[in-house]
Amino acid sequence: MSIKEFVKFDKVDKSYDGEVLVVKNLNLDISKGEFLTMLGPSGSGKTTCLMMLAGFETPTNGEIYLEGQPISNIPPNKRGIGMVFQNYALFPHMTVKENLMFPLEVRKVEANEIEKKVKTALDMVELGEFGNRMPLQLSGGQQQRVALARALVFEPRLVLMDEPLGALDKNLREQMQYEIKHIHENIGITVVYVTHDQSEALTMSNRIAVFNEGKIQQISSPDVLYEKPNSSFVAQFIGENNQLNGKVTSINGETCVVETDTGENINALKININKVGDNSLISLRPERVYINSKEKFDNNFDAVVKELIYLGDHIRTRLEICGNDQFIVKVPNSHIGLKLSEGSSVKLSWKTEDSRALEAR
Amino acid sequence: MSEITNSGILTTDGIPLKESLKKAERKNKIRALLLVAPLLLFIFFTFVMPIGSMLTRSTDDSYINNVFPKTFKVYQKWDRVGLPSEEIYATMFLEVKQASGFEIGKASTRMNYAKSGWKSMIKKSKRKFKKISENDGPFKDKMIEVDKKWGDPEYWLALGVMVDPTTYEYYLNSFDKKYDSEKNIIDQPEERRIYTKTWIKTFKVSILVTFFCLMLGYPISYLLATLPLKYSNLLMICVLLPFWTSLLVRIVVWMVILQQKGVFNNFMVISGLIADENRWQLMYNQTGTIIVMTQILLPFMVLPLYSVMKTISPNYMRAALNLGASPLHAFWKIYMPNSVPGISAGGMLVFVIAIGYFITPELVGGKDGQMIGNWIGYHLKTTLNWGLSAALGGILLVIMTVLYWIYNKLVGIENIKLG
Repeated sequence: MSIKEFVKFDKVDKSYDGEVLVVKNLNLDISKGEFLTMLGPSGSGKTTCLMMLAGFETPTNGEIYLEGQPISNIPPNKRGIGMVFQNYALFPHMTVKENLMFPLEVRKVEANEIEKKVKTALDMVELGEFGNRMPLQLSGGQQQRVALARALVFEPRLVLMDEPLGALDKNLREQMQYEIKHIHENIGITVVYVTHDQSEALTMSNRIAVFNEGKIQQISSPDVLYEKPNSSFVAQFIGENNQLNGKVTSINGETCVVETDTGENINALKININKVGDNSLISLRPERVYINSKEKFDNNFDAVVKELIYLGDHIRTRLEICGNDQFIVKVPNSHIGLKLSEGSSVKLSWKTEDSRALEAR
Repeated sequence: MSEITNSGILTTDGIPLKESLKKAERKNKIRALLLVAPLLLFIFFTFVMPIGSMLTRSTDDSYINNVFPKTFKVYQKWDRVGLPSEEIYATMFLEVKQASGFEIGKASTRMNYAKSGWKSMIKKSKRKFKKISENDGPFKDKMIEVDKKWGDPEYWLALGVMVDPTTYEYYLNSFDKKYDSEKNIIDQPEERRIYTKTWIKTFKVSILVTFFCLMLGYPISYLLATLPLKYSNLLMICVLLPFWTSLLVRIVVWMVILQQKGVFNNFMVISGLIADENRWQLMYNQTGTIIVMTQILLPFMVLPLYSVMKTISPNYMRAALNLGASPLHAFWKIYMPNSVPGISAGGMLVFVIAIGYFITPELVGGKDGQMIGNWIGYHLKTTLNWGLSAALGGILLVIMTVLYWIYNKLVGIENIKLG
C-alpha cells in the first residue's frame, strides 16, 4: 500500500435492482490525509459510494481497499471509520456527552481516558459547556458540531461526511465549512465528503470528484475543476457558465474554430472534440468576458444588453450574443464601472484560452 | 422590555391587547364549539350519563327503603336482641301486603343479597298474607306460622345493613367481603369467595396478553417500519385483515383450531409429537383465553409501535454501527430506547382493552378462563344484581385511572404516540 492508495475503489459496480447500475466501474484512489469531495446531482451515485465505504451497502462487483485491506467482508462496526450523517443522527435520548462516550464505551476504553477524550473533542468544536444538554436543546449548528466531534472522538482512520451541512442556513453553512476545513488541517485526518453544493466542495476540498450517472466525470483540485472543466457537464455543474452552440469548422493543434448557428466564428481551446464538423458547446466563465475593452482579443462580438440585475457587489448583466440571449456577464460595481442600460449595444471580448470547446450534449 | 408584562401591553387604540385578542378570536371559538357540539352531546348522552347513572347504582340502596319505609323507621328503634317487637312485625306485614308484586320482587332480591332465603320467604308470605286480614293482629305468630324463618332473628338482623340508603356493600362484595348485622366488615363465607381470585386472574391474563402482544408485535412492527413501501403495505394489510373480520368469526375459527379434536391437536398427533390420549387442553381454560386474546389484540400493539418506529431514523442504527457497536448492542442501546413511546402506548392500549374483555373469555375461557368482565355481564344479565355490576365496573374504572396516573408519572402521557 502506498500513501496514495489509502482508500482504493477498484472497478466497483453497484446495482440495487439488477437492472440499473447506480455506480459504474468506479476506480478511485484517495491518499492519506486528503480531503476528497464527491460532488454531483442527486442520484449520481455519490452517496452510494460513501455507503459502500462505510459498510452499509455492499459493492455488486469489485472491491474497496482501506490501507491495502479489502473491506467488503468487514461489518460496518469493525471498520473503524467515523461518519457524520445527514441530519446528524445524534441519539436523541442521550446527552451530548453520552453521545460522545458511546463509541469509546463500546471500545471498552478506560473511564478516565473516556473523560479526557470527550473533553478534548468537545473543546475542539468549542462546545465544552454543552456536555450535559440533550441534542434537541442545541441549535442546528451546535448539533452539527457535536456530530463532528462524535465522528472524531474515537480517532478513526477515516471520516465520512454525508451532506452534513445540508440542513443549515447559508451563513452558518459557510462558517461550518471553514471550521471543518480547519479541523481537517489541524488533525490531518483523511476525509471523504459528499455534497451537491459546488461552493461547499470548492471551499473545503483538496480534490473534487464530480459524479454524474454513476461515473466520475472529472477528478482534480478545485481550481483546475473550475478553470479547466473537461466536459460540458462539469462546466455547467461547477460555477456559473455561459454556453454557445456551434459546429467545428477547423482544428489547429490545441485550438479550434467553432461557427455558431448565427454564423460567428469563435476561437476556442480544443478540449474534447474529435473532428471538423462535430457539434460543439463552448463554455465560458462570466468573469472572463470583457465589455467594451480597449485591449486586443481573439474573440470580439457585438451584443445587446437585455437585463441588468443589481446584486450589490456586482451587476449581473444578461446579454444577447451569437443567437444566445442567456449570456451572462458580471460587471463589478466599482466607481469606474460602466454605465449600462437595457437595450444598449456593447462589444464583448474574451481570450481563446478562456473559451473551451466541449462536446455538445 | 422585560418589565412590560404581557397583560400590560395595549393596542394602538389603547385597548388591552389580551381583550382585543379575545374579541378577535371569539368567532373562531364559537365556530369550533359548534363543530364539536354534535359529538359532544352524543358522548354526553350515550357515554357520560349512562356511566354516571351506573356508578350511582353501585352505592344506591334507597329502593328498599322506599318499599318498606315504615318498617325501616320502626326497625331503627329495635335493640337487635332476640326477636323484634310486634310493632315491627305489624308494619312489615302491612307493607308486604300493600306493596305491588313488582316492588316486592325487586325488594326481596335486594334482601336476598344480604341473606339468602329472604326472597323465597317474602314470595311465600306475599301469597299467604292475602288470607290474613289487616285488622287481625297481632301478626307476629301468624307470620311465623306462614314461614318459620320470620322467627329467626338472623333474618331480621340482616335487614340492618339496608337501613342506610347509601351502601358500600357492593364494593365490599367485589372483594369477597360483606357487612355483618352490626355493620362490621367480614369475609364472605369460603364458598362465595370468587371475586378476589377473579381480579388476580384478570390482571394475570391482561399482563400475559400484553406481554405476548409485545413479543409478537415488536418484530413485525420493526419489519413494517423498515421494509420498502411496496412490501410494507402488503404486510400492513395482513396485520389489519383480522380487524376487518368479525370478532365472532375469528373466535369460532380459534375454537376449530384449538379444540381437543381440532386442527392443532390433530396435527400434533399425526406428526407424532404427542400421543392420541394426551391431547392438549388448549380451550375452555386460561390458555385458550390468552391465545385468542393475544391474536385479537395484536393490531392494537402493532399500530402504535409501527407509527413510532416509522419516525426513528434508520441513521440512528447506522450511526451506532458506524461508531463501533455490535448490531445487538446498537439495537438495545439506541433503537429500543427510542421505541419506548410506542411500547408504552401499545402496552397501555392492549392492557386497558384486555382488563375489561368479555366476549373471548365467555366463549373460549370455560370456567377457569373467566375474567371480571364476565362477572359484570353475568350480574347484569342473569342475576340482575346491577349494584354489584356497577361496583365491579367502577373498580375497573378506578384501576384504569390509577394506571393512567402512574403511567403519566413514569413515562409522561405526551410520550404516547398513536399515529
